[in-house]
Amino acid sequence: MRIAVCAKQVPDPEIPASRFKVDEGSLRAVPPPGVSPVVNGFDLNAAEAAIRLCESEPSAVNEVTVFSAGTDFVMEVMKKPLAMGAHRLVLVDDPALAAIETDTSSTVRVLAAVLHEEGPFDLILCGRQASDWDQAQLPMGLAETLNLPCITLARDLSLTGDGSLRVHRALPDGYQVIETTLPAVVTVSNEYGEPRYPTLRGIMTATRQQPIRYSLADLGLQTQDPPPLRLKRLFIPERSRGCELIEGEDDADSGRLLAIRLREEQLI
Amino acid sequence: MSKVLICAEIEDGRVSDATLQLASAALSAMPHSHRSIAFVGDDLSEIEPAAAALPADTVFLIEHPALKNGDAGVFDAPVSVLSSLCQQEDPDAVLLARTDYGSNVGPRLAFRLGQSAAQDCIDLAVNPESGRLAVTRPVFGGNAMAVYEFTGDGPQVAVIRPGCFDSAPLSGGFPEVIRFDPAGAICEPRARLMDTVAAQAEGVRLQDADIVISGGRGLGGPEPFSRLEELAELLGAAVGASRAACDAGWVEHERQVGLTGKSVTPSLYLAVGISGASQHMAGCSGARNIVAINNDSEANIFQDARYGVVGDWRQALPAFIAAVQDLQND
Ligand SMILES: Cc1cc2nc3c(=O)[nH]c(=O)nc-3n(C[C@H](O)[C@H](O)[C@H](O)COP(=O)(O)OP(=O)(O)OC[C@H]3O[C@@H](n4cnc5c(N)ncnc54)[C@H](O)[C@@H]3O)c2cc1C
Ligand SMILES: Nc1ncnc2c1ncn2[C@@H]1O[C@H](COP(=O)(O)O)[C@@H](O)[C@H]1O
Repeated sequence: MRIAVCAKQVPDPEIPASRFKVDEGSLRAVPPPGVSPVVNGFDLNAAEAAIRLCESEPSAVNEVTVFSAGTDFVMEVMKKPLAMGAHRLVLVDDPALAAIETDTSSTVRVLAAVLHEEGPFDLILCGRQASDWDQAQLPMGLAETLNLPCITLARDLSLTGDGSLRVHRALPDGYQVIETTLPAVVTVSNEYGEPRYPTLRGIMTATRQQPIRYSLADLGLQTQDPPPLRLKRLFIPERSRGCELIEGEDDADSGRLLAIRLREEQLI
Repeated sequence: MSKVLICAEIEDGRVSDATLQLASAALSAMPHSHRSIAFVGDDLSEIEPAAAALPADTVFLIEHPALKNGDAGVFDAPVSVLSSLCQQEDPDAVLLARTDYGSNVGPRLAFRLGQSAAQDCIDLAVNPESGRLAVTRPVFGGNAMAVYEFTGDGPQVAVIRPGCFDSAPLSGGFPEVIRFDPAGAICEPRARLMDTVAAQAEGVRLQDADIVISGGRGLGGPEPFSRLEELAELLGAAVGASRAACDAGWVEHERQVGLTGKSVTPSLYLAVGISGASQHMAGCSGARNIVAINNDSEANIFQDARYGVVGDWRQALPAFIAAVQDLQND
């Protein structure tokens, strides 16, 4: 059984809001100087899930391949899933992808093509959403394009005796147990559990490994123009309602005065 | 914009509030459109009287055993029947709510119809020149807003965040009620719902609470959450948390407030030891008053807070709780 993990390189989502800037002309986020991109967090959860399946079912799962479509890849960043224990890294690296980044249907075509080229795969794991454009829909697009079932928000995964996949699917309150035939597309959420830290040995192995690279031309693809959904404007919304700071003699006094103030406002 | 299809949801045997919000979104953005509302389920008899009085031109009732609970968690059946309904009706726009159902069915329906969806929209308008939908959606965790416009010819599928539009009235319309036969669209199931495990919700539900007290990484461990519980009990409040606190295992994931957690709309949201990352604020920006206790005066939470204490919760919170007790005893 071969598992594909789709992982995206994104700007670090944890930078403070005050340092977050956009270029309203080019419709891009502008990362603060010196802050390196990261692998989308949920995609590391997906990689962790793939590696754990591989470890817990060694007779069934024998390979984990990570796929990413984009450009300006930072290799130390993108090799993180390899350092965690994934076996191969496949990059569709093409400058033309920058312009269509916000159009999920284009990215779906690119990933479907490279998955076909490198396939077949029994399980395609994705993150629940990418922290840049927060679309949470590429996996559904991939599943529809490949005509596969799509189970979202996995917090636990295991193989059943009859070769199906059992997914614990996170709900706002609790979870569902779903069994799906394979192949399938499954998205993984942070409830699955923290991705492991790469070991020193993992990092060494990953450093030596070269990713397999494709351009759009290698896949026989061109960019589609215009995309069905086109980004027209990107801006930072106005904020700050003006905070009234409650200052007492010390922190305890401030806490006490806060309660009194909230009572005055009839909030408690 | 001539035809809009709203994909409805049923909650506790009633037309969901989020569905009524879609109806008013359609009305405000596309006032002269022909509006249809589609219900799916295994048995719609309970909902039929209410559905037949909704403010719409047409109501579609689509019944099939495979559509039980909107085909909870799997969603193959509703995607198939709604796409065959779309092929028949050829709507210009399809609206769904960003619920578990809508955020799964919306994109899959769009892709099945050769389109892509606009997920998590907070506003909707029609570009008068192109006649196509323009949607506003938060991106980068809420740090920025993006406006997208549809360009293609097919149905424009928009998934709308609950709470952004008022609910349309539940009655007052005289729609034509049409039963749509889904049998031809239903396929052999590829995935099955085996079980649903509900997390026992203790106390007030986060989504319903008028006061929410949330703790974050700044609390440093699971024990301080019992302090928050204590305060919550005094105030009849619910306890929430940041994702950092949930991921650390200090509280259950069901408590997570934010972009990928719950959305809450209390009149008071007290954040203790939470930095106020945009992804967290996305879940509580509907609170009428945000109050923060944080020892970092530069913390982002003070941008959104109405009242704040810059200080250590270890001193401020016990004193706050004691003062609440005193005020209640007066
Ligand atoms: C795609 C995506 C989705 C996400 N979804 C969510 C979501 O739904 N919900 C969510 O919450 N997060 C979400 N996050 C995570 C989010 O970006 C932040 O990482 C998270 O909210 C931080 O939690 P925190 O404020 O508790 O921790 P921190 O950011 O570490 O903040 C802790 C705060 O506690 C303060 N503090 C420390 N000690 C004390 C003390 N003794 N007294 C008082 N204050 C103290 C510190 O000053 C600091 O401000 C998401 C992230 C991504 C990328
Ligand atoms: N360019 C990409 N390359 C690889 N995987 C991607 C890409 N874009 C999205 N994904 C995958 O799809 C998931 C959801 O992305 P999105 O729909 O963009 O929010 C991500 O968590 C990734 O697993």
